[in-house]
Amino acid sequence: MIWMSFDTWVVITGGLCAAACALPGCFLVLRRMSMMGDAISHAVLPGLAIGFLLTGTRAGLPMLAGAAVTGVLTAMFTQWITRFGNVDRGASMGIVFTTLFALGMILITRAADRVDLDPGCVLYGAIEMTPLDVVATLTVGGTEIDVPRAAVVLGGVLLFNLLVVLALYKELQISAFDPELATALGIRALTMHYILMAMTAITTVAAFEAVGSIMVIAMLIVPAATAWLLTDRLPVMLGLSAGLGVIAAGLGHVSAITLPTWFGYEDTSTAGMMAVATGLLFSLVWMGTLLKKRLHATHGSGLRPPGDAERGDRDVGLARADA
Amino acid sequence: MIHTGTMTEWPTLAEVVTVLTMQNYNTRLVTLSALTLGLAAGLIGSFLLLRKRSLIGDALSHACLPGIALAFIAMVTLGGTGKYLPGLLLGASLSGAAGAAAILLIRRTTRLKDDTAMGIVLSVFFGAGVALLGIAQAMPEAAAAGLESFIYGRAASMIMQDFVWITAVAILVIAASLLLLKEFALLCFDEDYARIQGWPVHTLDLIMLGLAAAITIVGMQAVGLILIIAFLITPAAAARFWTSSVRAMMLLAGLLGGLSGWLGASLSALMPGLPAGAIIVLMAAAIFMFSMVFGTARGLLPRFRSHRTLTRRVGRQHLLRAVYELLEAENPEALANGHVANIKIDCEKLLAKRSWSRSLLHRLIARALREDHIDYYNGRRLRLTESGYGEAARITRNHRLWEMYLITHADVAPQHVDRDADMVEHVLGPDLIAELERNMRQREQAAIIPPSPHVITLAPRGGGA
Repeated sequence: MIWMSFDTWVVITGGLCAAACALPGCFLVLRRMSMMGDAISHAVLPGLAIGFLLTGTRAGLPMLAGAAVTGVLTAMFTQWITRFGNVDRGASMGIVFTTLFALGMILITRAADRVDLDPGCVLYGAIEMTPLDVVATLTVGGTEIDVPRAAVVLGGVLLFNLLVVLALYKELQISAFDPELATALGIRALTMHYILMAMTAITTVAAFEAVGSIMVIAMLIVPAATAWLLTDRLPVMLGLSAGLGVIAAGLGHVSAITLPTWFGYEDTSTAGMMAVATGLLFSLVWMGTLLKKRLHATHGSGLRPPGDAERGDRDVGLARADA
Repeated sequence: MIHTGTMTEWPTLAEVVTVLTMQNYNTRLVTLSALTLGLAAGLIGSFLLLRKRSLIGDALSHACLPGIALAFIAMVTLGGTGKYLPGLLLGASLSGAAGAAAILLIRRTTRLKDDTAMGIVLSVFFGAGVALLGIAQAMPEAAAAGLESFIYGRAASMIMQDFVWITAVAILVIAASLLLLKEFALLCFDEDYARIQGWPVHTLDLIMLGLAAAITIVGMQAVGLILIIAFLITPAAAARFWTSSVRAMMLLAGLLGGLSGWLGASLSALMPGLPAGAIIVLMAAAIFMFSMVFGTARGLLPRFRSHRTLTRRVGRQHLLRAVYELLEAENPEALANGHVANIKIDCEKLLAKRSWSRSLLHRLIARALREDHIDYYNGRRLRLTESGYGEAARITRNHRLWEMYLITHADVAPQHVDRDADMVEHVLGPDLIAELERNMRQREQAAIIPPSPHVITLAPRGGGA
């Protein structure tokens, strides 16, 4: 394995993406809206296409803005269909994102002779290419460091998400656990919902330009779910999921350039392997909790019936610990 | 048809007829495949919708990718072509099954919910698939390019083999859903009851997921991942707006799925510049939107209309009863003798009767004028017509009968009964009124309109002018 500054930047970019995703991801998992990340990342395609058609460049702010607007629209359409049509939330999500994706496909193919944008780069991303797109050169202690644009963008998004979460921590927390209580306390639960959705959309858009939509979904949900298995406290969960995401990013890139060579193949997609790494961490923690449960079942005090303990653990969860 | 330049030429009528009746071999293949797929996916999709698992198709279709890539790598390594369809489908089924099992396991053994379990499986499996595809594409046989069709589909270039696979699986899915209709329906509506009845709930769940997975896998390599997800969700959700019976919903979902497949495939044949899968998705979405607005069972328009009818009826009843009670309070002897024709009612007093706004009262009076219940209104005073008086008496009578029923049979205190009766009286059916009358006849022999069982205040809410 040959490690270069190039590889360091890939890991840093992946790590920044993971940390940026972890913040909205925790709230999505807690609010049972994990699939929203999936829906938004598919549904922003027409926004990307329109932003692209209007400006003609792939790396413009307009493209990002177009995609973010479509992302929020996805959340709104889903909310409307769920509320006015009385349709299950999962189904309305599916209807909205497939329709918007189809619209985006048509826009892209209609413009295919003029522009160079294929859905493939949206799905897989190209994190390996991000260090080539340099935005600034820093000089630290005599050595020149080329800073890739993706790292700057994702760092900015991470900062933005951090500020939003810090500023609206209480509001986001209460509306995640108990929207009715939030409304009763004078917090606009629906506004919080849309703020969370906007945060998810911006993160998704900024991230998948660099790392692809699948990696975004993995980074949004899997570390957050893993962290939830480990803790009952929201601040700990937020920190843990960011940390787990960063570890997965490093692990993913290392395994992408080493693992296939053991079997005599070339290296493979880093984004894909980062997603696999999050899955690996999740499985480890999952097995650990199962093992712990088994140990408790055999050496348990016998004061509580096991079913009772399990149910309390599952349903009350964070709310109980944070109350 | 030749696609010329950037402008799509509008097809002639003859071309439209040719395509819709599937006279061209290639069009026929694509259209029939889309139709069959839509039919079967719509059927199984309605169960998934009722079970609130619509997005399972999304998760399963992504979960198939690593199996496809692994099967390709394995077949190439063993010296095969790597493009052998049954082999790829077997790989897809195995990893799809692993994904489904993982979802069920995560849900059962952790505190994570369905949506998170699906998200985890979807993203991790797809990531693994992308990584494996990265390896496959670097292999000496660059034929891996064909694997991309599993993601985007290749609806426009379908071959006979695809159609045969789709038809076979569709027949299996349709037959199984019809055979297990009762079991699936019970599983959707009351899982606990099914379990208590001793039915193998987990097995049934697995069968349902298996059928969805089968149609997802054959559909996805033909028409692409996004289209098959839309086929599983959209027609079923559209059908739900038209009916409340499971059987009818299933049939309708199948029909709507088939219809959007047929129309969408035909349309894309007429406009060859556009991707067929996307057109079909948009067709299904259009059908969904139409159903959401006009659907007879749960559509927006019928619901809005029935809500408006009810609001109007309630408004009319409130107005007429308020007028009657004012008459009763101010001119008891005229009312007793039946000489009410020329008595005018002061609107200010009417306004104080209930907590209604001036503009609402004005609107109610305007409607009553049109309905011929009121024949005189100058903004300050109004007068009832003969029919308006009759209607007011009838409404007041119903209200009081209901109040008395609540007091004697439901132990509601007389001071509270006005509001309780207010909330239910508007939905009293004629037979219920007849029964109430029978009940009351023994008590109130003489009075045709019983006196109010409580004191009628002129401003019962304590508010008003």
